Amino acid sequence: MSIDIEQFHDVFFDESDEHLDDMEQLLLNLDVESPDSEELNSIFRAAHSIKGGSGIFGFNALMNLTHVMENLLDKARNQQLSITTGIVNLLLETLDVLKATLSAYREQVDVPEQDIATSIAKLEAALLEPSDVSAVNSSIDPASNHEDVKEGEVNAIERDDNSGDAFGFFDDEPEPEPELSLDTNQKMTSSDSELSTESDDGFGFFDDEPSAKTTATPKDDGFGFFDEPEAPTLTTEANTSTDTIDSSFGFFDEPETPALNTDASVSTEDGKGFGFFDTADLPKQSPSPSQNSNQNQNQNLEPLSTSTLAGASASGKPATSQSASASTSSAASKPPARATKKSAGRDSASIRVDTGKIDAMVNLVGELVITQSMLSMIGQEVEGQVGERLQLAIDELQRNTREIQESVMSVRMLPLTATFNRFPRLVRDLAGKLGKKLDLVLQGAHTEIDKSLIEKIVDPLTHLVRNSIDHGIESPEKRLAAGKPEVGTVILSAEQKGGSIIISIIDDGGGLNRARILEKAQSNGLAINDDMPDSAVWQLIFQAGFSTAEAVTDVSGRGVGMDVVRRNIEAIGGRIEIESSLGEGSGFFIHLPLTLAIVDGMCVSVGNQIFVIPLLNIVESFQPTASQLKTLGNDTVLYVRDQYWPLVPLYDYMDVENANRKPTEAIVVLLESSKKRFGILVDALVGQQQVVIKSLEDHYRKVAGIAGATIMGDGKVALIIDADSIATTYTSSQIEDMLA
Amino acid sequence: MSDTALHQAVIGGDDKEYLSFVLADEHYALDIKTVKEIRGYEQVTKIANAPAFIKGVINLRGDIVPIVDLRIKFNVGEATYTEFTIVIMLNIQDRIVGIVVDGVSDVIRLMEEQILAPPEFGVAFDSRYLHGLADVDGQMVILVNIESLITSEEMGLVAPQSVNEDA
Repeated sequence: MSIDIEQFHDVFFDESDEHLDDMEQLLLNLDVESPDSEELNSIFRAAHSIKGGSGIFGFNALMNLTHVMENLLDKARNQQLSITTGIVNLLLETLDVLKATLSAYREQVDVPEQDIATSIAKLEAALLEPSDVSAVNSSIDPASNHEDVKEGEVNAIERDDNSGDAFGFFDDEPEPEPELSLDTNQKMTSSDSELSTESDDGFGFFDDEPSAKTTATPKDDGFGFFDEPEAPTLTTEANTSTDTIDSSFGFFDEPETPALNTDASVSTEDGKGFGFFDTADLPKQSPSPSQNSNQNQNQNLEPLSTSTLAGASASGKPATSQSASASTSSAASKPPARATKKSAGRDSASIRVDTGKIDAMVNLVGELVITQSMLSMIGQEVEGQVGERLQLAIDELQRNTREIQESVMSVRMLPLTATFNRFPRLVRDLAGKLGKKLDLVLQGAHTEIDKSLIEKIVDPLTHLVRNSIDHGIESPEKRLAAGKPEVGTVILSAEQKGGSIIISIIDDGGGLNRARILEKAQSNGLAINDDMPDSAVWQLIFQAGFSTAEAVTDVSGRGVGMDVVRRNIEAIGGRIEIESSLGEGSGFFIHLPLTLAIVDGMCVSVGNQIFVIPLLNIVESFQPTASQLKTLGNDTVLYVRDQYWPLVPLYDYMDVENANRKPTEAIVVLLESSKKRFGILVDALVGQQQVVIKSLEDHYRKVAGIAGATIMGDGKVALIIDADSIATTYTSSQIEDMLA
Repeated sequence: MSDTALHQAVIGGDDKEYLSFVLADEHYALDIKTVKEIRGYEQVTKIANAPAFIKGVINLRGDIVPIVDLRIKFNVGEATYTEFTIVIMLNIQDRIVGIVVDGVSDVIRLMEEQILAPPEFGVAFDSRYLHGLADVDGQMVILVNIESLITSEEMGLVAPQSVNEDA
């Protein structure tokens, strides 16, 4: 299963930007005299997150630098190294380099290797001689001390070599450079299939740094025309090709460029932006966005290059006209394809918008829907010709409103598909690296979840999946010895249950080792006792710095993962539960709130109030006959298909007046919550519709039996039933016994 | 507005503006800065197992907002709902709460020294929720510390743990 990993780059860049900003803030606020260990942990975690992400994406320079930085911070937070102002300054400098590197990757230009090497050298020097850090700092000056720089460079290169192997995916472009010269022009008319292959080469851009040293020329000249100052340093051979390119594509530099950018960004948004969030067939689609954009670009370019062509032929330069026509079919030529990507990275792939603004928009649209339904009610009262015309206009308004509502909703609610689809790659790489065999099973990726939650769930999920693979799944030999299939299984699934969304990571690996966790907890000075229930023991692994791994690898083992996981999940109002049994595997269950989830609901009426029951919980509904109702003490139970069901009259539970109290005249809705089944008694079914769950807790408090509220078409508030909560809170002795 | 009052309004003296309202026949006032808007009483959606003074929730432009009837809570007057019944929407600690009152009378401007210490008893409100008393045109106005009232545990509007967080 291959996945276009590039679609996640922007997310990574945005996240890393945030991490860097956080680190900077924390460093600036750090009290050097008595550094707060919590703050040091935070800085360390931020560095760790960036390292993890850059490792996944093969941004080696970034990974190397953060790795050294992480080492330093790790010592600092373990108090093996005392923080001095010099170190803080050094770290801040490193942050600047990281920012530059990050933006270099983002812009797809060469990373500032010199700076990175210098920073790595400085950091390593500080690691060795923490006391001399200020001296080191001043002595290693990028401009004056070449030796150190060189050393650092060698270092960096070596590292790159190592890690480069692991991410062979980003290896050298197979295509030789001369293709870029006029030869390419012939190829330019080639088929679309070729196009997509070509654009895939965009990955080649992330070449190994060492090769960058030697292959700098060929690499550069592909982009020579974006980077004029570099051009003179190219070798002669390269020069010729650069010249050719220059003459052929030089006109992109001129006023045409903005036009190209806009077109490119629009088309890329169509292709790439939505490809990202597409529910299915992501891998299949991945080549198509670039294809699309190229085609679009092709069309958009046509008028433009015609004019250029006209200009060119007027000036009587055959070469230019040839190249102009070549770029009309520029879809096939590499550099313009790159141009598309480049501009896309900057302008269009996504816009980060404050969720508050989206919330406001969602609310306003809700108001619009209500106003519209009021208007149509009034419209029905208007008679005659005017009434008809008004009705037409109102119908139009209704349709537009619905479309606006749908698109606004879709802005916020996204399936987990894109998040889940990151994992096959990660799992594959990790499995290869660790010499393990495993299958990743994805379930329920279509589950829709609030966008803000998606962004925040990525990191914890990544950590958990890595953990499951690194610590959970055993090596093939061990598995065979334990009588398990050689290939381990990790199941990543999502589902909506009651008032929450549950994302689970289940592996059939070794399970958590209670004894070892307790032992480690003791050595970490945590308060424990041997009688602790398993669930409490499992929670220990969420402590900062807790890891039972024997060796620190670059996958995991530093013990930063789990506390970040829990912190991140709790920050979005969720919680995490662990189930594990030694030798059989573990399951991590993340429960997330449904803040803005849309639910398919059945509207029912009780008295003069409307309630919404999530369709997910409904088994069936019917009008009971007297023979189906049995009395048990003071309560009524329902006898359906040889089974007794507790019956909860909603008018009683919800304290509603004027409800129909005769069960045979009412409707029973059979519900199934996560663990219990029961029937509720309502007056009538009103209809089925999608509703937006709004929190009652924003302005009020949690209410038993209610998952939230929604706003109906007439502007009234309807409460959404929480079947789980009703099952656990409906107090009636017999029913309680039955539910238990 | 007299010139001095205008001057004060512009430069911001140590006086504050209060919105005065009526419960039965008593005059109360609350800090106008907490008032989001004033609207008529509309049909509420009842919440199960809530105290009687919490009438239910309404949709305030997409927000689900609880409505509290202070007349029931403090047992003053009669809790009747007519087309003239007023709801003052308050914005307190990022929460919106509506309170039902018999009427809204005026915006009054008071200097801090015009405000007298509240009596220990004699008004419907617990003295914890009172800021003080003031005489406005010969009429006694009771200044309510609406923020501490609304966030109090007694009202049950805010989940207990978030009260602690806010405190």
